[in-house]
Amino acid sequence: MELFNLFIKAAFIENMILSYFLGMCSYLAVSKSVKTAIGLGAAVIFVLGITMPINWLINEYLLSENGWLGMDLTFLRFILFIAVIASMVQLVEMIIEKFSPALYTALGIFLPLITVNCAILGGSLFMVSREYNFSESVAFGMGGGFGWFLAIVAIAAIREKIQYSNVPPALRGLGMAFIITGLMGIAFMSLLGIDPATLSNN
Amino acid sequence: MAETQVLEKKEPTFAFGKSERKLLTDPLDDNNPITIQVLGICSALAVTTLMFPSIIMAIAVVFVCAFSSLFTSILRNHIPKQVRMIVQLVIIAFLVTVVELSLKAINYPVYKQLSVFIGLIITNCIVMGRLEAFASANRPWRAFLDGIGNGLGYGVILIIVAFIREVFGKGTFLAGTPIEAKLIGPTGEYFINTAESSWFGWYTNNNLMVLPAAAMFIIGILIWIQRSRNPKLVDIS
Repeated sequence: MELFNLFIKAAFIENMILSYFLGMCSYLAVSKSVKTAIGLGAAVIFVLGITMPINWLINEYLLSENGWLGMDLTFLRFILFIAVIASMVQLVEMIIEKFSPALYTALGIFLPLITVNCAILGGSLFMVSREYNFSESVAFGMGGGFGWFLAIVAIAAIREKIQYSNVPPALRGLGMAFIITGLMGIAFMSLLGIDPATLSNN
Repeated sequence: MAETQVLEKKEPTFAFGKSERKLLTDPLDDNNPITIQVLGICSALAVTTLMFPSIIMAIAVVFVCAFSSLFTSILRNHIPKQVRMIVQLVIIAFLVTVVELSLKAINYPVYKQLSVFIGLIITNCIVMGRLEAFASANRPWRAFLDGIGNGLGYGVILIIVAFIREVFGKGTFLAGTPIEAKLIGPTGEYFINTAESSWFGWYTNNNLMVLPAAAMFIIGILIWIQRSRNPKLVDIS
């Protein structure tokens, strides 16, 4: 139940995009149609869910002072995390290509793009700074990915509709996307009322 | 918008002529990394609630951007095409680690405040984007200037947003530094300012400005202003 709370918290209350601005670049670039947004969102859930536990293991057993090497190697954290993310993305890409060519063509170029998606590295760094344990890091990764998915699909749907509206020329495209994201952030704030503690008590 | 042309003319290595000055000033306005190129919004907007951390963040990005461009440009003829991304990531991760450790040693409170966002400079698209688009095809000196220019362009937006959010959201100016000033309303109690506790009684701190959404609105409006001033930049689609 604790883990479910963490999932809800990561997905809605501390949404990666709407409250931390993580993964904004691909969020703005790939949110022009709902179909591609769903593809990228699914890929992000997948990669976050895989890299978080792996980075947790690396941080705990390789880099920390009590790990196998017995040395404080935390200054290598950035380099190792980004290497894990890059190689996991590559691996996931190869596996999907082998077992499900249909999904592979659907995701297309988005898979390699995920390496430089801040949400992935950000998730791992949050995990370290908040000192999650293994199962919590899995729940946080899945929840964060799900929240990211929701946000990008929502803005893609809005941007598809807003093409037909009469927006001031200078605000078209990028400017409007920012303002919509702000409004969505305010809308998501209404979910702050969810108190994970009461959910688990019932 | 992004220039990718190779300029290998015979000129002194450290020349600072018109085209070099353009490398520095272009990203400040007409080719701004945030409002025009849409790069690097990811890692930093969450730090813009206060000006002082934003200035630190801007300095960090200028440093990483400039030196990663310099190193990539020096190594550009020795890096095989297939592994260039990984080499670039390692260069950036190394520089970010340097920045992180120095900040931890110099100013621990600000390090705590910025938390993961210093680390996220690694995946900041400006750095990677400029390495791909400019540094891997230009000579070190020009790449270095381009890195500084783009870092500054990013920093300017960051500081403008932070200024608006701090002054209207918390009523302070440069809080946390020696020259801290209280402009409007009392400081310290962010969310509980009532009309009678406010300094002048006419302004209560605007809590909206402290929310993440405010940063979005401010950038949206900045883009609006910039594009109405210069219709060439308007998005046709």
